[in-house]
Amino acid sequence: MKYVIKKLLSCAITLLIVALLVFVAFSIIPGDPALSRLGTSATESSLAALREQMGLNRPLPVRFVEWLLAALKGDFGTSYSYNIPVSSMIMSKIPITVTMMIMSLFFMLIISIPLGVYASYKEGTWIDRVIQIINQVIMAVPPFFSGILITLIFGVTFRFFRVGGFVAPGVDMGRFLSYMIFPSLSIALPKSAMILNLLYGSLNSEKTKDYIRTAYSRGNSSKAVFFGHMLKNAAMPVITFLGMVIADMIAGSIIIEQVFGIPGLGRILLTSIQNRDYPVVEAIIVMIAAVVLVSNLLVDFLYRLVDPRVEKK
Amino acid sequence: MKRNSDKINFILGLILLIIVIIPALIGLVWTPYDPEAMSSSSKLAGVSLKHLMGCDNFGRDVLSRIMSGSSITLIIAFGTVALGTVVGTVLGALAGFLGGAFDEVLMRINDVFLAFPSILLAMVMVALLGSGKYQVMLALGIAFIPSYARIVRGEFIRIKNLDYVKSARLAGAGNLRIIFVHILPNIKTVLLSSVMIGFNNAVLAEAGLSFLGIGVQPPDASLGRMLSEAQAYFFTRPTLALFPGIVIVMMILGFSLMSKEIR
Repeated sequence: MKYVIKKLLSCAITLLIVALLVFVAFSIIPGDPALSRLGTSATESSLAALREQMGLNRPLPVRFVEWLLAALKGDFGTSYSYNIPVSSMIMSKIPITVTMMIMSLFFMLIISIPLGVYASYKEGTWIDRVIQIINQVIMAVPPFFSGILITLIFGVTFRFFRVGGFVAPGVDMGRFLSYMIFPSLSIALPKSAMILNLLYGSLNSEKTKDYIRTAYSRGNSSKAVFFGHMLKNAAMPVITFLGMVIADMIAGSIIIEQVFGIPGLGRILLTSIQNRDYPVVEAIIVMIAAVVLVSNLLVDFLYRLVDPRVEKK
Repeated sequence: MKRNSDKINFILGLILLIIVIIPALIGLVWTPYDPEAMSSSSKLAGVSLKHLMGCDNFGRDVLSRIMSGSSITLIIAFGTVALGTVVGTVLGALAGFLGGAFDEVLMRINDVFLAFPSILLAMVMVALLGSGKYQVMLALGIAFIPSYARIVRGEFIRIKNLDYVKSARLAGAGNLRIIFVHILPNIKTVLLSSVMIGFNNAVLAEAGLSFLGIGVQPPDASLGRMLSEAQAYFFTRPTLALFPGIVIVMMILGFSLMSKEIR
């Protein structure tokens, strides 16, 4: 319990530092938010009035605390470009991106784990070698190119989906979900290759350990040894890696959204960066950091659940 | 057996890189056509002897653009890795060697940066610095510092308590001498391997940023941007996306295969 509190606290502090760094960075860069909102034709008095209204005249620490307190309540300010609350801009997009993340995570696990186990089971055979070579190549394919290849193969050649034919979940849930299959696969494939590689190496190194020999000598079947002993121990590095994968998948989803024309969080982040719409950028960055930190925390707890020895170390 | 397969990896990686790097180096001084020259008569021209990789929607020669684009990618990767390694090594060495409050503060900040995927961090930097090739180099370089700092710090902590360092200290060596003469040379393998992975990540991140339109800006040619422009011509000219994509994959595969052997 003490450990959990300590971890939660350190997570909160890291998030606070992220928020502080992001806020300060976007506040000190040259450029006048009031000017960018009103345009160059604005009069000096209307600019001054807007600066006052936006609170730009007050000291930075005060603005940060106010921004933070509002953010905790879910209020991330107003978009410079669209003049609507940032939270309402973001909220409608979250389900799209989250669906894509969950689907990719699902594909990643159902592709990588069975194949990794199978390759390790067949270690040294030609099947193993073929899996390894394909795996090595897939690992080098960046997510945007895997997206393009998948579009070319499944969209253009086989016509499994209509290229650029995104359907919003509110319009038709079924067609939305089926459209998300290929983008999710594009994110999942390179990551599956990494997990496969990791699981394969870890299984192979477990194979030769003493406790496996002991388990066999006690008359266990190879299936029992594999699922009862080996897989659990071999899964440890994979679990650690999952935390990193989630962060990477978020980054990948920003790019994949562009490839498949999906109007999710990545799209907003990108247009906001291009329009220098800082309140939106700040909000999305802090949110992503929160997701990454929380998922790392969960991975950490999962790790302890699978291997209670960690607690004692 | 293991060593043998690693050697094959290294040679394969080297071959892939040579295939990409030589045209990129030539691209610095000479390309078959001007990579920026548009021509309405050769719009979307297919693969031919005149244009080995065809032409894009503006009639620009794809091979010339790939040659100049990959040289820009490699220059950015080089600058990024140089910045990340040098600053990261110095910070990591100081943190690991000195320990204490300096280490604590630096590592806290490091953790914050490491919580982000490097491309996302680079996107924030680009939002702050603007886009363009030098900005991308700086943005990625800064984004890479924390991972190098962490690796070097770990190695310094491991090595600084070894007997040979203690005896060097007894022999009267100062801190700087211990850092640069006694410890740094011993972490070069670890560092070299992370430099290779750094190149790998830099190519990936630069192509990603340019693909998103916030990396290298026109008129500079860029592989990532070529890919995103090619998306509009999927049905008519899929090769427009395939050629630059394959070059990016070859670069990444080359660096990652070579880093395996060094490790």
